[in-house]
Amino acid sequence: MGAGGRGRDAQGPPPQLSPTRGRSTSGGWPDMAAAKTKATAMTMVSTSAPTTGLSATALRRIEALVIPVGALVGSALVFSVFLLVLGKSPLQFFGLIWTGGFGSAFSVQNTLLRSAPLILTGLAFAIPARIGLTVIGAEGALVLGGFMAAAVAIPLVTGGWAPQIGLPLMALMAMLTGAAWIGLVGWLRHYRGVNETIASLLLSYIAIATMNFFVEGPLRDPASANKPSTMPIGELYRVGPIPGTTVHWGLAAGLVLAVVLHILMTRTTFGFAARMTGGNVRAAQAQGLPVGFLVVGCCAIAGACAGLAGFFEVAAVHGQANASLVAGYGFTGILVAFLARQNALAIVPVAILFGALAASGGLIQRRMEMPDATILVLQGIIFVVLLTSETLYGRIPFLQPRRTGDRT
Amino acid sequence: MTLAATLPTPRAPSLETEGMSKIFGPLVALDDVSISVKAGSFHALLGENGAGKSTLVKCIMGFYRADKGRVRLNGAEVSVASPRDARSLGIGMVYQQFTLVPCLTAAENLVISRADAPAIIDWKREREKLAAFMDRMPFRVPLDKRVSALSAGEKQKLEILKLLYLEQRFLILDEPTSVLTPGEADEMLGLLGDMARAGEVTVLMISHKFREVKAFCDSFTVLRRGQLTGSGDAQGATVAEMSAMMIGDTEIRERAARAPRNDSQTVLELASLYADDAEGRPAIHALNLKVKAGEIVGIAGVSGNGQSALVEVLSGQRPLTDGRIFIHAKPFEPKRADFDRFKVFGLPEEPLKNAAVPRMSVAENIAFRSYDKPPITSLGWWLSPGPMRKKAEDLIARYRVKTTSPDSPIEALSGGNIQRAILARELSGDVDVLIVANPCFGLDFASVAEIRTQIMEQRNKGAAVLLVSEDLDEVLELSDRVAVMSGGSVTYVAPIAETDRATIGTYMAGH
Repeated sequence: MGAGGRGRDAQGPPPQLSPTRGRSTSGGWPDMAAAKTKATAMTMVSTSAPTTGLSATALRRIEALVIPVGALVGSALVFSVFLLVLGKSPLQFFGLIWTGGFGSAFSVQNTLLRSAPLILTGLAFAIPARIGLTVIGAEGALVLGGFMAAAVAIPLVTGGWAPQIGLPLMALMAMLTGAAWIGLVGWLRHYRGVNETIASLLLSYIAIATMNFFVEGPLRDPASANKPSTMPIGELYRVGPIPGTTVHWGLAAGLVLAVVLHILMTRTTFGFAARMTGGNVRAAQAQGLPVGFLVVGCCAIAGACAGLAGFFEVAAVHGQANASLVAGYGFTGILVAFLARQNALAIVPVAILFGALAASGGLIQRRMEMPDATILVLQGIIFVVLLTSETLYGRIPFLQPRRTGDRT
Repeated sequence: MTLAATLPTPRAPSLETEGMSKIFGPLVALDDVSISVKAGSFHALLGENGAGKSTLVKCIMGFYRADKGRVRLNGAEVSVASPRDARSLGIGMVYQQFTLVPCLTAAENLVISRADAPAIIDWKREREKLAAFMDRMPFRVPLDKRVSALSAGEKQKLEILKLLYLEQRFLILDEPTSVLTPGEADEMLGLLGDMARAGEVTVLMISHKFREVKAFCDSFTVLRRGQLTGSGDAQGATVAEMSAMMIGDTEIRERAARAPRNDSQTVLELASLYADDAEGRPAIHALNLKVKAGEIVGIAGVSGNGQSALVEVLSGQRPLTDGRIFIHAKPFEPKRADFDRFKVFGLPEEPLKNAAVPRMSVAENIAFRSYDKPPITSLGWWLSPGPMRKKAEDLIARYRVKTTSPDSPIEALSGGNIQRAILARELSGDVDVLIVANPCFGLDFASVAEIRTQIMEQRNKGAAVLLVSEDLDEVLELSDRVAVMSGGSVTYVAPIAETDRATIGTYMAGH
């Protein structure tokens, strides 16, 4: 029934030939000229908004900015209703977020500290998204990567290896683990047809359970009585703060990776091929691209980002692997990437915004006598509003480029 | 409950539209179109793609609300706000796509299609009524077979039976023969013509096949760019007159002459290919074919006989289960390196689905073949947008692709311009092997002529061209040799001079 499934006739507005072929165009809209000079019924009638003079690309960029920002404002309004119902002041709440997130040097550093892993987990969602996959398993890759870094640190620390050798090894181990974990998701997807969203989510639970098994069992440090943990990596092995701040080097790693991956996706043959595959896998196949390699590659990059976040959680924050690794950074990263429209560079400011939300949680708890989970409610509302706002793309009249006039 | 068996045969209605207009944003899709279909006539609605035929029938059917104009049924003005209204007025439509439930039998499909189908169906009674209904029908369909097991021709008949079963006496058929063999098409149209002459139904058929119009229709209307350009007696008017009304004064590029060809070497050889479809059933079965340099081999066939699987295999979208592809007697794998090494290019059907990435820009889409080669790429991986854009601008100008900017997403372009952008990408270099599949679907005459000219030019320059098309006229016009695919393999190959439409038709039907 091949032909039966194909609409051979225009389904919507039927194409029209411009009667003014070869006529010089005005402002890039050939038919505007026609409509002005030749008022026959055959010409295009300009009933809609006048041309704005902006190119289609510019309009798309504006749309990609206006809609997420609008979604944020919308979520703030919805959350304000939630606060009013509780009898709290929305103004005070958003004021406290500002104070707690950006109000002082301390709070800014606190914000940046929390945004470091979010940049990395945001990238872990965004890169597979560019090739058309919805991978939500960064949490698992982060936890397993962090755990493997802590595990490999045990022989290194006890063996007395210098941290200049040991730390890169730990980071490499974390990244490889994450890459293999999410790479497996890509492999299952491409070669076995397993849905990558479900697979990555379930693999996250397996990763967390694996970490718990070793931390509570074979690799438990006997000294960690109340909270089972691996052996502390010690002060020597701790990744310190960026000089002049209290923010650890994970932020710098996140910034560098965001830039590097942005360049990879936009300015290299790999990124071009990945975007082709993500945009239309049939066209990519018809160009003879190695689709399987690209899918697994993008997933492995994502896993490496999440694994690196795990490394910094262990080496810069906790000093050992334990249940504290399961902090939800992987899932918040999904939100970050969504809000950043999977753009690697846009992930940085969005991650900082969410870092600020997290940083102000304590202040809100103290000043407004609201539970810590309030921030999670806000995040949840943002996510729902954001997903709903996806339907607005292509539907805001003044942001639509006019379709190329002549249709042939 | 009103069943046909209990009532005298209803009379075929007449239908007129008066001043129908429909505007979509900046496009006038229908402009003051008045047509008149007499009771009991077999009326053809002609026009190229995008002429407004579909829009007109969708307005009649109530899918669209016309901005202006009226519909009269049997002389009385009626208001059709939805397809449901159309149905209760006795206006029914057969779509290009089948609307049957594949996992139910023909009988079940008929009964459930009724608006008054009871919650609990008394099958014994229904069967008796169906049998009585079928007795009065000119064509038969096995009622107890699942629809999925019916042939395309039987499905199409069942679609028409369904309309008659639902007491719909004004039938709108949207290119009803596109999925049928010539034999099946002739049989079906002949029977409908008989019913129309007997005053049982009135038929309005969208078509662009003049042959069918001349053979079966008694009157016709032509639309062009949303306007009525002519109507009259289908038997009185000549094909040339009708096609002039359809094409108007649009300039058509002269077709490239077919350069004489000396006996040349085989370039593309398909040796015993086997492949499965998406459900794992065999789609291609022991397919053998050779294409020589400077030759167009056209593959004809009823759709669904493995043509699309063959194109997918050759373009790397579907794995082979067995067999080899040779180019210049060397094994060919549909991978990027081999596409480049053997200079294999393709014009797939539905370019937005198979050849372009809709959201990427025109410039990027044009660079698909060259993005990983100098000058766009240096060091083997570093991409420079400058040369990419420059090359795109050059090709956009050369192939007259109409776009506001090389940076617009390609999905914003019209069908003809997307196809031209793909042509620019695939045909601007040296071509040794060209795989073409239904290149002219949905395009207007001017674009069709231009694209066919380009294909012919590649042949004249020495490319081996494999053309897969469901449009037999296209195959006959372009090919040096015609091959017919049936049941997943090539069942017939003949030089164009030694064959004719009827012979090809019998092989298409699987004889």
